[in-house]
Amino acid sequence: MSSLTDTGAAQVESRERQKAHARQRSLARIGLIIAVIAVAGLIAAPFFVYPVFIMTVLCFALFATAFNLLLGYAGLLSFGHAAFFGGAAYFTAHAVKVWGWEPLLAILLGAVGAGLMGLVVGFVAIRRQGIYFAMVTLALSQMIYFIFLQAPFTHGEDGIQGVPRGDLLGLVDLNRPLNIYYFVLLIFLVGFYAVWRIVHSPYGHVLQAIRENENRAISLGYRVERYKLGAFVMSATIAGLAGSTKAIVLQIATLTDVAWQMSGEVVLMTLLGGMGTIFGPAVGAALVVTMQNYFATSDVPVTVIVGVIFVLCVLLFRRGIVGEAIRFLKR
Amino acid sequence: MSTSADAILSARGLTKEFFGFKAVNNVDLDVREGTIHALIGPNGAGKTTVFNLLTKFLTPTEGRIVFRGKDITGVKPADVARLGLVRSFQISAVFPHLTVLDNVRVALQRKAHLGTQFWRSNRLLDRLNDEAHDLIEAVGLAAFAAHDAAELPYGRKRALEIATTLALDPPVLLFDEPMAGMGVEDIGRISDLIRRIAKGRTVVMVEHNLNVVSDLCDRVTVLARGEILAEGDYEEVSSNARVREAYMGSEDG
Ligand SMILES: Nc1ncnc2c1ncn2[C@@H]1O[C@H](COP(=O)(O)OP(=O)(O)OP(=O)(O)O)[C@@H](O)[C@H]1O
Ligand SMILES: [Mg+2]
Repeated sequence: MSSLTDTGAAQVESRERQKAHARQRSLARIGLIIAVIAVAGLIAAPFFVYPVFIMTVLCFALFATAFNLLLGYAGLLSFGHAAFFGGAAYFTAHAVKVWGWEPLLAILLGAVGAGLMGLVVGFVAIRRQGIYFAMVTLALSQMIYFIFLQAPFTHGEDGIQGVPRGDLLGLVDLNRPLNIYYFVLLIFLVGFYAVWRIVHSPYGHVLQAIRENENRAISLGYRVERYKLGAFVMSATIAGLAGSTKAIVLQIATLTDVAWQMSGEVVLMTLLGGMGTIFGPAVGAALVVTMQNYFATSDVPVTVIVGVIFVLCVLLFRRGIVGEAIRFLKR
Repeated sequence: MSTSADAILSARGLTKEFFGFKAVNNVDLDVREGTIHALIGPNGAGKTTVFNLLTKFLTPTEGRIVFRGKDITGVKPADVARLGLVRSFQISAVFPHLTVLDNVRVALQRKAHLGTQFWRSNRLLDRLNDEAHDLIEAVGLAAFAAHDAAELPYGRKRALEIATTLALDPPVLLFDEPMAGMGVEDIGRISDLIRRIAKGRTVVMVEHNLNVVSDLCDRVTVLARGEILAEGDYEEVSSNARVREAYMGSEDG
């Protein structure tokens, strides 16, 4: 009798599992198809669209993707990510312009520098929860802003201007539009892949468990502070990679990139596209940068327009654009 | 500090004050290895607070805790769990947006040292699937393995929590009202399960259902207003006049 019910249950179970797996697989397949189309589109894009514009989008898309690693997958809202983005831009710009470094090495320097700043900020901030965490990151990033404002090498209000793009590995002239474009695309893809890998790793699994229920994760023996700090440093490093690359693309590093408004902007991009989704933040970034470009010359201030669209999106699609799309596909 | 020799978990003079209010007051506790030990008492008696103190989710105002001969009063909660003292929560604690299978795998992952690999595919975790499915089946959730934990009704969330706790295979388990919100059938199944897993382990459980307590538990500690009122086996405790008085006031048991 009991063996009968057992097989019954097992059948129900395996059917349920198959259904769920099939659904998951088809979602994964859709994701893969979108990724392939997106990469193909990005490879072809510079022949149709102004390359500097796409490169700017790619830098912000990577920034938002890195930010989402923390917010969407570890549940930590940092309100100071501009420090890593803008800080890295300064490091790279200085290394290239003053020390004459090769661009890739300078970009890596920026990313590592951002990661170290992330280690310090994260170390202090992860001791706090929720809104207090956000406050600590904001306060520390304001301190970092002040340091950059005062430090001579950043040239205060002027910023570091006229950053030379140089020759990649001493071989490839980055002043040629297609050369720098494909270099930036490669960096974007590497950074994006890194985030995807981390999210879909055993570590990412634990990170999501911590996001879901921190006390339960602790009671299972996870030292959650270490996981959170790890996520913070990884996120800061990749945000730095984005900022460094932007400094090479736009050939300038300024206070705008380390200011708190930039920290707010990345929150906005992420929520707009869909936090906790792989593609969402990149979509949100593309949207915001496009709007900023498009309305730059309009009479109404850009921030007002972006703000209104943001509020509308949040009211209409709570999960963000990609978040809602996934929900629609899941049904 | 003198603790009884065969106790796997002991507390001496355990006290917790919240703003001057003593939620737990000078509690001495000895949990003998291999027993099922019940912690009972009226609402607000301080049972959950005792659990929080024993697992270091709260820091005691006073007192010491010894686990397997080691003073753990200053140990962090995650490390208490790593030493083999694992708790469940009164308010069901699952990972709501992970599937039932993934909930259990998170626990198995820690035991298998698969928590920190951030550069590898999470397909690595598939090797935990068989064990996870066995645990899920043991608590009667086989048909729900692929569901998000959030979708489960309350009683099944409790079952999932038990499976997740068991996944760590800890020598000592603390269950805070594991059967609250369950139907009669589920209570029977979980009782059987606890009896089965208690072989070769020590279980401490908070439970309001006195039938379950008399049925399962070797020893009972009664707590009221933060203090120990009585301790003994179920017969001794239930015939204790002070216990009856404390219970009459608030409960029918
Ligand atoms: N964090 C806290 N801050 C202040 N008071 C608290 C806190 N936690 C518990 N208390 C108080 O301590 C007392 C004991 O609470 P506790 O949750 O331990 O009781 P319990 O025996 O588990 O009750 P129940 O059977 O209702 O679960 C209660 O009066 C409660 O209000
Ligand atoms: Mg309680």
